[in-house]
Amino acid sequence: MINKYAHAVDAEIISNKRVGAYHHMVFEVGAMAGQVRPGNFVAISVGGETSAMVLRRAFAIHRSMDRGGSGGVVELVVAPHGGGSKWLTSLEVHRKVNIVGPLGTAFGIPTEPVRALLVGGGYGSAPLFGLAEVLKSRGSRVDMVLGASTAGKIYAPLEGKRAVNSLTITTDDGSAGLHGKVSDFLPDLIAASGTEIIYSCGPMGMLAAISKIAGELDLVHQCAVEEAMACGIGVCMTCVLPLRDSNGTIRMQRSCIEGPVVDGSRVIWDSPRAIPEGTWGAQ
Amino acid sequence: MNFDFTTTLVGTIFPNPIFTASGCAGSGKELIQFFPLTDLGAVVTKSIMLKPRSGRATPRMAETPSGMLNSIGLQGPGIAAFLQDDIPWLKSKGARIVVSIAGESVADYAELARLISGVSGISAVEVNISCPNVESRGQVFSCNPVTAHAAISAVKKNIDPSLPIIAKLSPDVTDITEIADVVINAGADGLALINTLLGMVIDTNSMKPKLAGKTGGLSGPAIRPVAVRAIYQVKARFPQISILGMGGVTNGREAFEMILAGASAVSVGTANFGNPLATMKIKAELQELLIERGFASVAAAVGYAHREED
Repeated sequence: MINKYAHAVDAEIISNKRVGAYHHMVFEVGAMAGQVRPGNFVAISVGGETSAMVLRRAFAIHRSMDRGGSGGVVELVVAPHGGGSKWLTSLEVHRKVNIVGPLGTAFGIPTEPVRALLVGGGYGSAPLFGLAEVLKSRGSRVDMVLGASTAGKIYAPLEGKRAVNSLTITTDDGSAGLHGKVSDFLPDLIAASGTEIIYSCGPMGMLAAISKIAGELDLVHQCAVEEAMACGIGVCMTCVLPLRDSNGTIRMQRSCIEGPVVDGSRVIWDSPRAIPEGTWGAQ
Repeated sequence: MNFDFTTTLVGTIFPNPIFTASGCAGSGKELIQFFPLTDLGAVVTKSIMLKPRSGRATPRMAETPSGMLNSIGLQGPGIAAFLQDDIPWLKSKGARIVVSIAGESVADYAELARLISGVSGISAVEVNISCPNVESRGQVFSCNPVTAHAAISAVKKNIDPSLPIIAKLSPDVTDITEIADVVINAGADGLALINTLLGMVIDTNSMKPKLAGKTGGLSGPAIRPVAVRAIYQVKARFPQISILGMGGVTNGREAFEMILAGASAVSVGTANFGNPLATMKIKAELQELLIERGFASVAAAVGYAHREED
């Protein structure tokens, strides 16, 4: 069933703290928290009652805590990029915002312990910490590599660091950790930690590079894709990307319903601003 | 006071005047988690074409002040899969169904009308003629009186005569009442006013059009005054025609505005993207407002802004 656990709540902001280039925000969402799985996202209306911003903003859930009854919270990491996210991050504690969630697919968790490598780009690291906790609780080894253009855009909270066996940082400008892109270091990291499965979240270019490496090494790669969404609930058809289905047919699929977490090998990565040749229903 | 929230559109009675707008409610399956589809006056389906369509590449969307541009390209499964999967599902949920059809040629419209005719449980057919005509250099059917007439005639001649047809018009014309005139003559039982306006956003970083399809349809509150004007003009010239109003309605007051202009029912589109419960909010607010203004029924308020007295 589509949007099976989704519902709308007016959620109170109970914390809003600046962390580097981002804001870590906590929302009291009540029972919704209990339905969240790592990889899910929420859609938030922005700008208030008289806002000229008519579309919701989608945010990957950083972590959720089901405290029973009305006390459940979700945590988000918000980058104040555009008008909507700037408005959201400017809000004071106790203000309420309308949140729809949880939405989308979740990261698949193996039933047996595995050696997992979690790769995040910029604030794309947000959903990986909740995932790391779940993987660790199942006895898995969790190595993490986080990359960004510069040090201030790495999101790696202290408690998150404790949830992983190793953490590698890379920056394009060399201001923190290794100097370069995450994909430059992946083959060595995979070899060193004996990775069996890769989980990733971040910009599409990074996900494409990871998919290429995962394909060459024949590793499972689950990635959370990022496409511009208008609704987050599957009605607007704007967030599509070309995905290969089980019998090989390429279809334009909604990243809010089929994703955001998809198997990287299903995505046709090299088709910016074009419908891949052979796509079902292509004109 | 006994308030009558039913409305009559193209001779069909609907339990309330709040519909979804075509292409803004998915297949219905996306919204049913939020409210029962029976609570809508009707579900207007996405525009369905003869064959499956991938739609356009991304980016397909750009938010604009109080609105958005979209360039989906009528992505859909084609009429066969639609009649096999979507319609039975909507029927099983008790939804009133208005099927939206779209063609690339006059022959497409005729064929779609024939295929729809044998299907039970459909309240009306909305004919989306704001599509590029492949036989006329991609000119949009609804922007030319000759092609607008041809498309609606093709539907009228081939459809089950008991199925009312609603022609959906583009506001991108010099005089919308002229297009209304020709489609009424071609057999349209009602009019859907208005489709999106054609727009463009240029990304000042890439210095190219933001949408992969370059242009897109502008929707949302930004276009509401255009819709109210179009409804008002058409209602003034054709007082007897049924109008399904749409264009940026986000609350009950705005739905009331369309009814006052002459709409017998109101479709909600872009507002569903901002709020999955938008239709339910609008419906509740509209009912309250109609009662507050002293109307005993929806029908009594339709076109009320046209009165000469006081």
